[in-house]
Amino acid sequence: MKPMRLTLTRRKSLLGFAFIFPWLFGFVFLFLAPLVQSVKFSFHKLVISPGGYSLEYLGLQNFREALFVDATFNRVLTDSVVNMVVDAPLILFFSLFSAVLLNQSFRGRTAARAIFFLPVILASGAVSAAEAAGLISMVGDVNAAQEMSGVTSTYNFMALQKLLIESGLPPAFSEYIFEAIGRIYEIITGSGVQILIFLAALQSVPKSMYEVAKIEGATPYEAFWKITFPMVSPLILTNIIYTIIDSFTGSEVTRTIYNTAFQTQNFGLSAAMAWLYTLTVSLILVLIGVLVSKRVFYYN
Amino acid sequence: MLARELKSNDMLIYRLKRSRNKTVEALYSLFRYVLIIGISFVIVYPILMKISVSLKDKMDIYNPTIYLIPAHVTMENLRLAFKIMDYVPLLGNTILFTVTIMLLQALSCALAGYGFARFQFPGSNVLFLLVVLTILIPMNTLMVPMYLHFRSFDIMGLVHLFTGKDGVNLLNTYWPSMITAATANGLKSGLYIYIFRQFFRGLPKEIEESATIDGAGGLMTFYRIMLPNALSPLLTVMLFAFVWTYNDTFYTSLFMSESQLMSLTVAALPAEINQHLPALIGVGANPNVKADPNHVAMVVDTGILLAIAPLIIMYLFVQRYFVESVERTGVVG
Repeated sequence: MKPMRLTLTRRKSLLGFAFIFPWLFGFVFLFLAPLVQSVKFSFHKLVISPGGYSLEYLGLQNFREALFVDATFNRVLTDSVVNMVVDAPLILFFSLFSAVLLNQSFRGRTAARAIFFLPVILASGAVSAAEAAGLISMVGDVNAAQEMSGVTSTYNFMALQKLLIESGLPPAFSEYIFEAIGRIYEIITGSGVQILIFLAALQSVPKSMYEVAKIEGATPYEAFWKITFPMVSPLILTNIIYTIIDSFTGSEVTRTIYNTAFQTQNFGLSAAMAWLYTLTVSLILVLIGVLVSKRVFYYN
Repeated sequence: MLARELKSNDMLIYRLKRSRNKTVEALYSLFRYVLIIGISFVIVYPILMKISVSLKDKMDIYNPTIYLIPAHVTMENLRLAFKIMDYVPLLGNTILFTVTIMLLQALSCALAGYGFARFQFPGSNVLFLLVVLTILIPMNTLMVPMYLHFRSFDIMGLVHLFTGKDGVNLLNTYWPSMITAATANGLKSGLYIYIFRQFFRGLPKEIEESATIDGAGGLMTFYRIMLPNALSPLLTVMLFAFVWTYNDTFYTSLFMSESQLMSLTVAALPAEINQHLPALIGVGANPNVKADPNHVAMVVDTGILLAIAPLIIMYLFVQRYFVESVERTGVVG
């Protein structure tokens, strides 16, 4: 029997397969299998016993419980989605604006770039958890501290709040100002990676375009909208997707899911919640992806 | 008009226009500086606050006139935080762990990215779509099954076959993170694979062909030709991997909740300090004495500062590479 000669193409594809094999192995066992299991769990009630776990089929009850029975899930989910929808355009505008600003040459530009990117380095869930906890022992109440930590993150907002309230402004007004100011910090710290991506995009726009525009008599304003904006529009899509996904990791729904799983030991419910959340966000992503990519301009 | 008058008229108009342009430019420059300094302040303020709090003496907390610069400087908070966090072993352990994970992830994602970029094999597109899927699906959907999975870790039933046990309990060791990192399925690994693939796609094919002519096999080509060229994405991925692993609370609290890692210690810090502070400042004998919450908050802030200080110091050295490296990886344009 003649041994099968491997053609060059066959050999190359085997080689390619070998290169991605570690990933494939991990993917099947550490991603796909847990994914399928997670779907299975969301339809069951899970009880952990010393030798493993036992399942009890519940049908759609977990989902129904998450949506209609559980006290906080609905509110937390809507809060999260509203926050994401409000923050994402703001983050996008701010990071494009900062990238344009940081692209111009002025003294201290490297330092400014370093500072703007600093929040990415320091974005630690542990740090914000510790700060919130420190605030709890000072304020004495978990809910109040959580409300405040959503707005403050280390600013001494209590004093500012008191000042605003006592100044005689109608409370709705001062609360609105408060929300806006609180968001400033969230937006600035949430834009680090986006600024980086936009900066790289801005630097890849060929300078000759600007020169031509200047010769033809375009003002900088026109040059921005006619040249810069279309050229970076593919990355607007990338950044939107990144922002939405990033808002996952720190959001309150994540914490709720974690607590449901490990503090109340209701694994089935936690899996159901997680899937509801994933579905919601995937829907939003697909919607936004379709809407935005229609209007994106690709240079090549 | 005389030619001379014409000329002086034009000269005047020219001078006026020039000075107007210059003032506009100066105003714009001022505006830009104000904006940048303002935003930088918002970013840097918490760190300055923490530094000032860590040097503050206890009696300065209640003095409302002190804002950033403490009246009495003391190292007491630092000493307390050091002791409660057990800082030096903690730092060493965390850095060892983070560096290992960073190297494992960089290597495995580089391998996978290279495979996806340069080789056509059946299903390569579908598989890459799955990579993108791993970026999009949040970790908490998989949280519970992974926890159970690692509780009785058993690849394809081999362990059960050999020893009859149900599997190895890998929780509270470093293995879960290392396994996920080594198989390119760790924290944000999909992103790294994407970065590597984009980069490798941009390299010219001639390099590989010349390597093949010189007799290099697949792995040799990768190791001696591709990797040295891929310094830029390697650096990017290593930087991001280091920072995100150091700060990660999700994986660590899920799989290694009893290990000695920085992010875990910081998350548990307020409770720890609340518990240990009375003993350390000498009033621990009386069980009814609780620590002053403001004092606790001060020491917590100091602890947080100690936790992020290594990152900041490292960042000062490598910040140049962060900005430059992303634009050179070819992710953009």
